[in-house]
Amino acid sequence: MATLNDYLLASGLLFTIGFAGVLLRRNIIIIFMALELMLNAANLSLVGFSRFHVQAGLPDYNAQVLVFFIITVAAAEVAVGLAVIVALYRARQTTHIEDLNTLKF
Amino acid sequence: MNSAPWIILFSPLLAAAVIAIATQPFKKLSSYLSVAAVAVAFLFSLSVFGSADQEASFNWMDLGVFQVRFGYMIDGFSKMMLLVVTGVGLLIHVYSLGYMKEDRGRSRYFAGLSLFMFSMLGIVLANNFIMMFIFWELVGVSSYILIGHWFERPSAADAANKALIVNRIGDFGFMLGILMVWSASGTVMFDELSSKWATLGLGAGYTTIAALMIFCGAVGKSAQFPLHVWLPDAMEGPTPVSALIHAATMVAAGVYMLARVYFLFAGSAAALSVVLWIGLLTSLLAALMATQQDDIKRILAYSTLSQLGLMVSAIGLGVPAAALFHLFTHAFFKALLFLGAGSVIHSLHDEQNIWQMGGLQKKMPITFWTFLIATLALSGCPPLAGFWSKDGIVAAAFEYNVGGGVVITVINFFTAFYMARLFAVAFLGTARSEKAGHAHESPQVMTIPLLLLAVPSVVAGFPPVARIFFSEAESSEPSIPAIAVSVAVFIAGIAAGFALYRGKSSDPVRIPLFANRFYIDQFYSGLVKWTQDSLASISAFVDRWVIDGGVVRGLGGTTWGFGFALRFLQIGNLQAYAFLFGLGVVLLLYLVLFAL
Amino acid sequence: MPAALFWIFASFMLFFGVMVVVNRNPVASALSLVVCFLGLAALYISLDAFFLGVIQILVYAGAVMVLFLFIIMLLDLKAERRRQFNLIAMFGGIVVIVLFVKVLFDVCYGFQGGNALFPAIHSDEHGDTWLVGMALFQQYKLPLQMIGALVVVASVGAVLLSKRELK
Repeated sequence: MATLNDYLLASGLLFTIGFAGVLLRRNIIIIFMALELMLNAANLSLVGFSRFHVQAGLPDYNAQVLVFFIITVAAAEVAVGLAVIVALYRARQTTHIEDLNTLKF
Repeated sequence: MNSAPWIILFSPLLAAAVIAIATQPFKKLSSYLSVAAVAVAFLFSLSVFGSADQEASFNWMDLGVFQVRFGYMIDGFSKMMLLVVTGVGLLIHVYSLGYMKEDRGRSRYFAGLSLFMFSMLGIVLANNFIMMFIFWELVGVSSYILIGHWFERPSAADAANKALIVNRIGDFGFMLGILMVWSASGTVMFDELSSKWATLGLGAGYTTIAALMIFCGAVGKSAQFPLHVWLPDAMEGPTPVSALIHAATMVAAGVYMLARVYFLFAGSAAALSVVLWIGLLTSLLAALMATQQDDIKRILAYSTLSQLGLMVSAIGLGVPAAALFHLFTHAFFKALLFLGAGSVIHSLHDEQNIWQMGGLQKKMPITFWTFLIATLALSGCPPLAGFWSKDGIVAAAFEYNVGGGVVITVINFFTAFYMARLFAVAFLGTARSEKAGHAHESPQVMTIPLLLLAVPSVVAGFPPVARIFFSEAESSEPSIPAIAVSVAVFIAGIAAGFALYRGKSSDPVRIPLFANRFYIDQFYSGLVKWTQDSLASISAFVDRWVIDGGVVRGLGGTTWGFGFALRFLQIGNLQAYAFLFGLGVVLLLYLVLFAL
Repeated sequence: MPAALFWIFASFMLFFGVMVVVNRNPVASALSLVVCFLGLAALYISLDAFFLGVIQILVYAGAVMVLFLFIIMLLDLKAERRRQFNLIAMFGGIVVIVLFVKVLFDVCYGFQGGNALFPAIHSDEHGDTWLVGMALFQQYKLPLQMIGALVVVASVGAVLLSKRELK
């Protein structure tokens, strides 16, 4: 049987992969997708804890509600973020992250 | 408590206060008020003179561990000094009525004179160090006010400053001396100290240093070397002021103080010899400088310096009574000399150069004869007053310190010499200038004090007279060799002076070293300038490099530098931001989970 | 759920997650992400979170990833050309990743409680969805309404941001 530690480990590794994607890729869309990976890794660990923390014979649904909210917010964020990326593409004609460097001193 | 001493002390103060507050516009009233106050003081001094010795005081300020007492001490010394101060003071006040008749600042002048009388009487009457020190400072302030009376003249203002500042230097030492005495013995009252001091068992070094610090006060006030530089410049004040303050009374305060607290010096031979040699040095230098001066008041000022040096050396020889005796006689004939000089200056319309005077015998007879009497008295002509008092000092010198005696003899020779020079050039011969040709005798209000002062100049030295004032009679047998030497020196000096200067129209002898007062003034001003320049350059350096460069620009520059370095974190590369963020999170996780 | 199934789905998820990051073609990246989400949904179901597993597929794989693909097609992104590597940045990134993995392992092996088996649950007659819904509508009424408002705002914002006149 899989134990909580296994789920946590999987979640952590998924998070690491997502973080690596954020740091190492150049294309802003791919970076965004890696960001989604990180969010989902958090969701996985939350669901694992929800199942682990049993109250009166039922899993703790608070965590699952939280996961619900996270998914919703992530979806909204993706919508707005991609709109921004489209606008940026229209202005700069590039999705290479190193060309987007005007936020500086 | 007898009220006479308090009346003596406070009536001049009352006059000064009234003049300052109320009667300044009324010049005649102010002057009469001042004269009246001194007359009252003189009368009460006479009454005190006849009464018994006494002392009383009350607590002025009580701070528990420390009390400042305010009181008077009437004994032989103070009785004599009271008479001298109030008597000579009264005559000079009357003289001033005539001399300052056209002066616009008369009220201010008389207020200053009254303030001075108050302060000087305070010194004479004081029975403890603190009170004496307070009045010591007051005398300095009055002197400043009076020297700078004609303050529109820059030289007068400068002279007043110089007097006060140089006095302050001496007073600093004086204060240290008072503190040393007080801390060693726990009291500042003179009578307690005189009985306690010898029994305290202090080390020789401590007593010597305490005594020398106290001596510093006398060095400043009585213008001994090296603080003598203020006295000649103080001649910028009106002549009656010079007579009163810088001849008869204030400068004598130092000698009076030394005589009062002689018991502090009695135990320390080292201190006494320092006192002696400083006195002799002052006296000799001043006598030499006087031989080459051309301003009549300056000559008399150096003469005062020289005689003060003699008095101080008498203290150093261990005979304070002789010093006070000379002080007593010197007050009369020196005041007379100054007032006579003032009479000449006044009638020649403010001419002070002796080479512009001459031929005054017929034109100003009273001034002429009284001045002659005073000159002879100062030079030590028997049987005038100066002869007896100088002889007292010479005799003591030959008894205790022959080398000192020789020096004093030389000084006496030069004294006679320069006084003869002064008299020959200023009074004898023919008129050397227009102004001298038109001279006339001074008004009676000025000549009567001259006559009145001539009397004690003649008789004050006679032993019967002296014994009235000095009850602890120094009736040592007059030593014939000492007298012979004194007389010989007197004759030689007068003869030399007349021979060299009679009938001359300009100075045949020119010694620049003496004429320029041994360049001491230049030395002092150079020293002050050098000190100030170095302090200023150090401050400039500190200001520019340490404060401005180090602290102000350093702080600003450091902050700027930090900002400049940190700026490079904001390079616009989003992944760099993410990297830093992740690094921070990892480190934080490590810290929280494993290190803490 | 037998451990084997867990490991299959977990490795599925992780492998395709790596694919997302490694692929140079954005479309391939997006599709790998879809498969990754499928694996994740399977893991949710293995944890008895049936509602969430279905929602994961519906929302994430069905809506969000479709949106991603639309944008990729819209921008007509080609495969990334090779640009020169910034070695220093890459090195820094790898260092952080390695450190993070180390922390992760340390934590997981330090957490003793997690080695226990999952406690037993009894199946409720209402089912999982009903229970989540009850929790949502009873305890979390207000956050629910706020989420609704948030979604509306996001839609409006997305429309606004894509207008051509907006500079």
